[in-house]
Amino acid sequence: MSTLPLSPNPLRTPAKPSVINTLRRQAMNHVITGLSILSTVVVIAPLVAILVYLIYKGASSLNLAFFTHIPAPVGEQGGGMANSIVGSGIILFLASLMGIPIGISAGVYLAEFGRGSFLGNAIRFTADVLNGVPSIVMGISIYSLIVMQQKHFSALAGGIALAIMMVPTITRTTEEMLATVPHAIREAALGLGVPKWRTVLSVSLRTASPGIITGCMLAFARVAGETAPLLFTAFGNQFWSFKLNEPIAALPLQIYVYAISPYDEWHRLAWAGSLVLIVMIMVAVTLVRIFANRGVLKGAS
Amino acid sequence: MGVGIQVENLNAWYGTTHTLQDINLHIPANHATALIGPSGCGKSTFVRCLNRMHETNPIARATGVIKMGELDIYKDASPVEIRRRVGMVFQRPNPFPTMSIYDNVASGLKLNGFRNRRILDETVERSLKQAALWEEVKDDLKKKSGASLSGGQQQRMCIARALAVDPEVLLMDEPASALDPVSTSKIEDLIFQLKSQYTIVIVTHNMQQAARVAENTGFFLNGKMVEFDSTHKIFTNPKDKRTEDYITGRFG
Repeated sequence: MSTLPLSPNPLRTPAKPSVINTLRRQAMNHVITGLSILSTVVVIAPLVAILVYLIYKGASSLNLAFFTHIPAPVGEQGGGMANSIVGSGIILFLASLMGIPIGISAGVYLAEFGRGSFLGNAIRFTADVLNGVPSIVMGISIYSLIVMQQKHFSALAGGIALAIMMVPTITRTTEEMLATVPHAIREAALGLGVPKWRTVLSVSLRTASPGIITGCMLAFARVAGETAPLLFTAFGNQFWSFKLNEPIAALPLQIYVYAISPYDEWHRLAWAGSLVLIVMIMVAVTLVRIFANRGVLKGAS
Repeated sequence: MGVGIQVENLNAWYGTTHTLQDINLHIPANHATALIGPSGCGKSTFVRCLNRMHETNPIARATGVIKMGELDIYKDASPVEIRRRVGMVFQRPNPFPTMSIYDNVASGLKLNGFRNRRILDETVERSLKQAALWEEVKDDLKKKSGASLSGGQQQRMCIARALAVDPEVLLMDEPASALDPVSTSKIEDLIFQLKSQYTIVIVTHNMQQAARVAENTGFFLNGKMVEFDSTHKIFTNPKDKRTEDYITGRFG
């Protein structure tokens, strides 16, 4: 048997790199960097455009009355959205109060206990389907399940509709964030004689908390602007209401009502309301971030 | 004080793989016992059976009797109780990344609901001193995350964390394999000092390390324990041909 001649390794670097190769590599590097920057700009541009346009259209209608008065009757000047701002706050608080604990608990079950089990797979599938359910369908469902039974619209029904919309996002993010917690850290806790439930609460969840908080914020920001599920549940209200079993005002609903009205004054208020809604979401998300980052130690990964 | 461990007819499985076959062994109290053998021979599975970490894997199973003193660890106690009495140090340092150095060391007590500040402070200081880390970290115990230390310091912190719950047995699964020679020699010094108070079982790939720290050595091969004797005998005059081949580097 004759020995085969060794073929030269095509990947081996020649002793001296050729100028053309070097230039080509550098050019490619610049092209890819440029494309990344371009994509970032394309992603951010609409966001900035929306914000700038909202400020341009809405800022001039903002005044103290906007934040302290309830809507004025048709034909009268002035009036504000104070009741809608408070109403949105109440509905979102209710939704978070129900949606966040349920969403996180389900995520913990999926990641720590139900891996590969039939129930786990069923929950995961349901969550993914629920994530794709159009918000108007959610509104109608809650309308028939709760509003029809109670025979009146209510803040509570609105809160439940938004809570159900929050759950799948939070569940899936929690599950994915827990999956990134290294197994070695869980073993460290179990090896110290820490019971499993305590390991999940104090080690796994704590290590994954920044990601889970991001998931909750995403879910919150998403439902904060929802109009459709509130149309048949919270319904809206032109007056103050703090009762959970009565129709309540909400910013997206008020914006909707004003935007489709024939009055210029109301159009301007709708713009102002949109601006306030966006700014409120931004402030809420930032506050949670600042709060969550407190107490993070030096060198913590 | 440490306590001796008696292992009788221990068998262990991962799924259908028979990882440990009929292990019989006596680990004497207050001594260091080394386990050597090629990768995949069952050393790690064996130490994980000693603190019932083996069964945290849903497909794992074990039969046989392991007695710690008079206590049958599979019959007389829950896994959680056993793990408090049998501490474990893992191959790679695994600090809790969100916790400070202090909280890492105190975690075994704190996560089990222990809250007395004075005793926690004392325990953290004692454990860090035992692990020869106190001088290096005492100034930023509560300021720095456990993950901000160097690899060798992290591993000594993990040893301190295991010692803080005051175990009787300390299992070390290749505790120095991810560390540089300086950190390794610190850990070995530590084992030397700790064995007066604890029963130590150390898995190692480094035969010099076994010779340096352990009075007794067991040689594992393909899920069986081939030979167990005093370290001196294993390394100078092994009874089994396979042991001799392994320690002289002829295979494995």
